[in-house]
Amino acid sequence: MSLKSIYGEILNEHNLRPMNKRELKDPTFTLEGKNPTCGDDIILQLKVNEEGIIEDGGFTGSGCAISQASADIMLDLIIGEKKERALELASKFMGMIKGEASEEDIEELDEAGILKDISHMPARVKCAVLGWHTLEEIFKEEDQKGF
Amino acid sequence: MSKSPYKKDFPIFENSSCIYLDSAATAQRPRQVIDAEREFNERLNANPLRGLYDLSMKATEAYESSREAVASFINAEKSEEIIFTRNATEGLNLLAYSYGLNFLSEEDEILTSVKEHHSNMLPWQMVAKKTGAKLRYLELSEDGSISEEELELKLTDRTRIVALLQVSNVLGSTEPIEKIVKLAHKKGAVVVVDGAQSVPHMKVDVRELDVDFLVFSGHKMMAPLGIGVLYGKKKLLSKMPPFLRGGEMIESVSLGGASFAELPHKFEAGTVNAQGAYGLKAAISYIEGIGFDKIREIEDGLCEMIFDGLSKLPYVHIQGSKDPYKHNGIVSFTIDGVHPHDIASILDGDGIAVRAGHHCAEPLMNYLGVQSTARASLYLYNDEEDVRAFLEKVKNVRRWLGLES
Ligand SMILES: Cc1ncc(COP(=O)(O)O)c(C=O)c1O
Repeated sequence: MSLKSIYGEILNEHNLRPMNKRELKDPTFTLEGKNPTCGDDIILQLKVNEEGIIEDGGFTGSGCAISQASADIMLDLIIGEKKERALELASKFMGMIKGEASEEDIEELDEAGILKDISHMPARVKCAVLGWHTLEEIFKEEDQKGF
Repeated sequence: MSKSPYKKDFPIFENSSCIYLDSAATAQRPRQVIDAEREFNERLNANPLRGLYDLSMKATEAYESSREAVASFINAEKSEEIIFTRNATEGLNLLAYSYGLNFLSEEDEILTSVKEHHSNMLPWQMVAKKTGAKLRYLELSEDGSISEEELELKLTDRTRIVALLQVSNVLGSTEPIEKIVKLAHKKGAVVVVDGAQSVPHMKVDVRELDVDFLVFSGHKMMAPLGIGVLYGKKKLLSKMPPFLRGGEMIESVSLGGASFAELPHKFEAGTVNAQGAYGLKAAISYIEGIGFDKIREIEDGLCEMIFDGLSKLPYVHIQGSKDPYKHNGIVSFTIDGVHPHDIASILDGDGIAVRAGHHCAEPLMNYLGVQSTARASLYLYNDEEDVRAFLEKVKNVRRWLGLES
């Protein structure tokens, strides 16, 4: 089982021309996520309104095609969604990476579904989840602060 | 020599079609080594150094004969100067704990370099922190080497330990150990050489180099995983306290204390990896059967082929010397627009194994101004077919990521 099939049009498009790779002017949250084994490093920013809707999001940083594309696809999915829905998608994504997601879950994850085979390649799993993990951390920190 | 005559000695190549270019991480094992381990398990196994019966004596003999083989391989004066460890990392930690922590103090300095593997850096950082000694780093010249001026600048009357690798696992460069040892000894420092990447590929003669300590790992020279070597001059090892304590390393024990066994057993606490040592002996004899001249010829020839091939690709950049003969079969490279992990994953899809990452040398990566690199590394069983396949597939990497090649 190789990962080569993952490197296709969708991944390349999001890696080469990531629409969400930009700095936000007035983000509500900013958090850095790091993958120490390969030096991937992203800074995720979210703008969340009072109703808990993610109005805007962006990421900066550098990393492999998988971490970059995954973060870009994630933002496509969660911008315009409520925080709870974003976390639900994150948990489905994590499930998919563990090889535990149903067909429907993967369907819901839309373009992020291209990364499902990464579960066979433990060394690259961290790249795929970097953006999603950082997202979960942002809201975990928020909860701890008791917003 | 299109196909390697040695490939047939390595069962893994019968069972896997993998084009293996990651020998600097760990080498493959020839049948001779695998058979030696089996022989030990099927005919010689008992707890070595303990028993009073035939099998245990056979196990002991197998183990001690391996020590002698190692001693003669690196030309140590006495076999008791050979301590078996798990790997190079353990050897370096043994030195840090037993020598560093006991013989260094605030006024002293430890000298190492920015290009070390973390295994030859973190133990010394620990010693510096605990003893208050100062840890100094040799920096590199343009071509990745350590200049004599840099050495003379940083080597002082306070330097007690100089810890350096002989061959870099990233750049493939070789340090002039003999010269460094002379300078260090003039200042009264002991020299620790990390031979993890040199001992598998070149004759390392500890007496000719006059090094005080040398560490290396068996698995990078075709021996089994889990066996390594620390060489130390007897007069130094004798004054060092044990690193680990327990069985097999004592002379006598009472409730109040213990007196320790003679060298080398003082440093080999607990039941030892005798089958691994026996496998290492077989690996040494395999290497000696082929000879380092031949090994060098194979590695240099293939390395030159890689250089020629990659130099035709303007978007590929090789780290370190421009001379393929100065790489010891190690080629670290980057591809414009492609993260090294993606290079490795895409090549893996073509059945080619290369390493990607910081190669346990993060400070060196910072120094080189890259986050990570991909690395192809060679050994005697590689051949032109391997290199041709590698070069062919490297050409396609950028295209896989939607870039122009
Ligand atoms: C230069 C160098 N030193 C030390 C080591 C550590 O070897 P081991 O992991 O076998 O202890 C390595 C292996 O990666 C190395 O390349």
